[in-house]
Amino acid sequence: MQKLSVLYDNFTDFLSKHKVPSIIVLYAVLIALPQLGIGQYLTRVLCLIGVYSILGLSLNMIAGYMGQTSMGHAALYCLGGYFSALPGVWFGLPFWITLIFGIIGGALGGLILGISTMRLSGSYMAVITLAFGEVVKMIVINWQDVTNGPLGVRNIPRPNFFGIELTTANGGFFYLVLVLVTIAVLVSVCVVNSKFGRAVRAIKEDELAAKLMGVNTAAYRIKTIMISGAMAGMAGAFYASMNRYIDANTFSFDVSMTILSIVIFGGMGSIPGMIIGSTLLTGFPEAFRALADYRYVIYGLILILMMRFRPQGLLGGLSKKPYKLPKGVSLKAAAADNAEAGKQVK
Amino acid sequence: MGMLLEVNGITKVFGGLTAVENVEFKVGQGEIVSIIGPNGAGKTTIFNMLTGVYKVNAGTIVFEGKEIQNKAPREIVKAGIARTFQNIRLFPTMRVIENVLVGEHININYNFLDLLFKTKKYKSEEKAAHERAISLLNELELGDEINNYAKNLPYGMQRKLEIARAIATNAKLVILDEPAAGMNPQESEELKNFILKLRDRGITILLIEHDMNVVMDISDRIYVIDHGRKIAEGYPKDIATNERVITAYLGSGGVKKDED
Amino acid sequence: MILQQVINGVMLGMVYALIAVGYSLVFGILGLLNMAHGSIYAFGAHMGLFIVGLNFGLPAAFVFAIITTGLMEMLMDKVILAPLRAKNAPNITLLISVMGVSYIVQNMLMIVFDSTRKPFPKLFDFGTFQIGNITITGSQISMFVIALVFLLLLTFIVNYTKIGLAMRASRENPKAANLMGIDVRRVVTFTFFLSGMCAAVAGVLVAGYYQMVYPTMGVDAGLKGFAAAVLGGIGVLYGSVVGGVVIGIAECIATAFIGGNFRSATAYLILFLVLLIKPSGLFGKNNVDKV
Repeated sequence: MQKLSVLYDNFTDFLSKHKVPSIIVLYAVLIALPQLGIGQYLTRVLCLIGVYSILGLSLNMIAGYMGQTSMGHAALYCLGGYFSALPGVWFGLPFWITLIFGIIGGALGGLILGISTMRLSGSYMAVITLAFGEVVKMIVINWQDVTNGPLGVRNIPRPNFFGIELTTANGGFFYLVLVLVTIAVLVSVCVVNSKFGRAVRAIKEDELAAKLMGVNTAAYRIKTIMISGAMAGMAGAFYASMNRYIDANTFSFDVSMTILSIVIFGGMGSIPGMIIGSTLLTGFPEAFRALADYRYVIYGLILILMMRFRPQGLLGGLSKKPYKLPKGVSLKAAAADNAEAGKQVK
Repeated sequence: MGMLLEVNGITKVFGGLTAVENVEFKVGQGEIVSIIGPNGAGKTTIFNMLTGVYKVNAGTIVFEGKEIQNKAPREIVKAGIARTFQNIRLFPTMRVIENVLVGEHININYNFLDLLFKTKKYKSEEKAAHERAISLLNELELGDEINNYAKNLPYGMQRKLEIARAIATNAKLVILDEPAAGMNPQESEELKNFILKLRDRGITILLIEHDMNVVMDISDRIYVIDHGRKIAEGYPKDIATNERVITAYLGSGGVKKDED
Repeated sequence: MILQQVINGVMLGMVYALIAVGYSLVFGILGLLNMAHGSIYAFGAHMGLFIVGLNFGLPAAFVFAIITTGLMEMLMDKVILAPLRAKNAPNITLLISVMGVSYIVQNMLMIVFDSTRKPFPKLFDFGTFQIGNITITGSQISMFVIALVFLLLLTFIVNYTKIGLAMRASRENPKAANLMGIDVRRVVTFTFFLSGMCAAVAGVLVAGYYQMVYPTMGVDAGLKGFAAAVLGGIGVLYGSVVGGVVIGIAECIATAFIGGNFRSATAYLILFLVLLIKPSGLFGKNNVDKV
C-alpha cells in the first residue's frame, strides 16, 4: 500500500507537470473507446460508471467538502430522473431541455433538503437524509397520477444530436456522459478553489468558528446541497434517458448506499477519487456477474477491509503537495511587497 | 473621547441562573483592555454576547455608535469585531493560508457565477486576497508555515494563527479569549510582544486572561468580573492593589491558584 | 374501526419497538448507527426457520435464534468494530464497515437459504377473539406478549442488574466508567448481544406473524425500526418503544384509511416531520454547541 501510494504520487506529479498533453491523451483514449468494438454491454457499463462518477462528485460536495453524511442521496438522483423523464414523455420535449429540468429538479430537492437540515449534523443529518430519501421514494410510488406509480415511466425519449439519435450502440450515450462528468469535475474544481469551497470546508472543520469568521453557514449549507442536487439531477436525467425506463426502485436505498460507498472508497474530498471509486465499485459487480450473490459478499468485505486499513479512501487524506497559489501570486513577491509597504510606513 | 465599544448593562440569564448581570464597560480606540475574574465569573459569556453567539437578555452593545447586540455573528464580524477561542478552534486540516483566507471571507467579493466561469473579478479578488493573506502571515512571523496544515503547527503558533485569522476579517476590535492558556513563560512573553505589535497595527484589543503577568504588563485598563458582576475597574496598578479584587478574584487560596 | 386499527398498530408496533431498541442500545453506548441491524434481524428469522425446518418447534426456534444472532452481533463487534474503535476511527468509518457487514449477511442468507420467500409456521395461535366489533387474533396476542416480555426483560437487565449498571455508566461516560473498574469492552460486547437478541426475537415474531421468511426482509423492517428509534430519540430505550408503537399505529391507520401503498410512507413522513421540529427525537436530549 505504501509503495502504491508513492507510485501514485509520482504518477500524479508526472501528470501535473505535463498537464495539457495528459488531458489530451486521456480524452483521446476515452473518445476512441466506444469505436474499438467493445460491445454494447461494456459501453453501458462505462456509461453507468459515468453516472456514478457524477453521483459520487455530487455527494462529495456534501460529504467530502462539507463533512455531512447523506444516506438518501438517491432521492436527488430520483428527482432529476423524474423531472427530466416526465416532460419528455408527456410533451415530447427534447432531452436537452428536459436535462435542464432534471438539473432544476435535483437542485429544488437540494433546496428542500438543505433547508430542513440547516441546523443538523453528524448522525442526525445521516438519519434525516435517509428519511428524506424514503419520503421521496414513497411520493414517487404513491402519486400515481403523475409518476405512474409502481409501473414506472416508459419510453423516455433519447437525446437527438443534430439528427443523430444517441444510443448505447453508437456510443452516443458514452460521449454524452463523458461531457457531463467533465462538467461535474469542472464545477467541483471551481467550487473547491474559491471562497465558496473554503467556507464549506471551514463548516466541515468547525461550523461555529466558521460562523464567527462571518461565513453565512446556513446559506452555504443550503447552496452546497443545491449544487450537489443539481449534479445528481443531471445524472438522473441522463440515466432516465439511457435506460428509457425508471421507477421508484431505480432509486432505492441501495443506490444511496452505493453512492456513499463510492465517496468513502474513493476518498472524501478527492475528485479523481470519485471517478476511481465509481469505476471500481460500479465495475466490480458488473465484472463479476458470474459470481452472482457472492459478488455482494465480496463487496461487503472490500468495504470492511478498506475501512480497516485505509479509512481515508483510496485517494483521500491530506495532500502533501504545496498549496497552489493563484496565478501571479508568489510568496516572495508578497514578501517584497510587504517589505516595501513597511518602508513606506517608516 | 470617542469609544469604539460601549457595553451598557448587559445581562444574560440561562434558565433561572443569571450568568452575567448588568455589566458595563468601554473600550477606546487603540486600547488594550482586559477583563479578568475567577473561573465561571461569566467572562466568556460576555464574549459570546459580544460576538453574537448568545443573545443578551437586557442591555445594549454599541460599536462605533451602532447597536449590535443580538445581531447575527456574521453582521458583527462585518461591523468589525472578530474573536479567538479559549480552546483553539482553527480549521485543523486546512492549510495555514486557507485559515487566514476564511478570515478574509467577508472581504472577498464575487458571486457564484464568477467562480464558475473564472471571471476577471474572481481572479483579481482571489489574487488580492492571497496577497493580503501572505503579507499578513509574513508580518506575524507565520510566513514559513503557509503550506502547512493548521493542526501540524506547534501550540504557540496555532494561537498566533487564530489571531491572524481574526485580524484577516479586517476587524477593528479583536477579542482574545485566554490567549496565554497553556503557554509556558517564554511563549507567553512572546505573546505579550505579539499583542503589543497588533496594537501598533491600529487594532484595538479586548482580552480575557488568567495569566496575571500578561494582563498586568500589557493592559491599559482592566475590568474585574465576579459572579457575573463588575466589581472593579481601573489601571493595572490600581487593580493589583484593590482589596475587593484580591479577595474576590484570588480568594483565600488565591496564591496557590495563581500557580496553576 | 379506528380502535381496531389502533390495536393492530400497537401489536405491530411492539415488534418495531423491539427492533428500535436494538438500534438504541448500540447507539446509546457507541454513538453508532448500526445499519446492519436489519440484515441481522433477517438472519435471526432465518435461524428460526432453520430450527423450525428441523421440526424442533417454535420455542426452540426462539432460543436458537437468540443465541446465534446474539453471537453474530458480538462477532461483528469483536472482529470488525473493536479494532476500529481501538484506532479511534471516526464514526463514518464504523458506519461504512457496518454497511459492509449488512451486505455480507444479507447475501450470505441468499446463498445459503436462497432468495425466495419461504413459508414459516404461524405464531402460537389460540383462536380469534371478538370484543364488540374489535377482532384480535391469537398470533397478534402472542406477538404482543412475547415482545412485551422481552422488552420488560431488557428493562430489568438495564435497570436492576450489575451489568445493566455498568451499561448505564459506560453510556454516560466510557472513560470514567473504565477508570471505575468497569470493563467497558465487555459491556459493549454484552450490549451487542442484547441488541442481537432483540433483532432475533423480532425476526422470528414477524416471520411467524406473516408466515414467511426471505433474506431481504430486513431492509424494510430495519429502516422502520430505525425510524422508530430515531423518532423516540435514539439511545433512549423507552423512547424507542414509544417510537415503535407510534409508527405501528400510524401505519395501520394509514393502511386502513388512505391505502396500502402509503403504509411505509407514513413512518418516514412522521420521522421527517419530527426531526424537523426536534432533531433529537421525541425524548432525546438536545446537544448544545459550546464555545
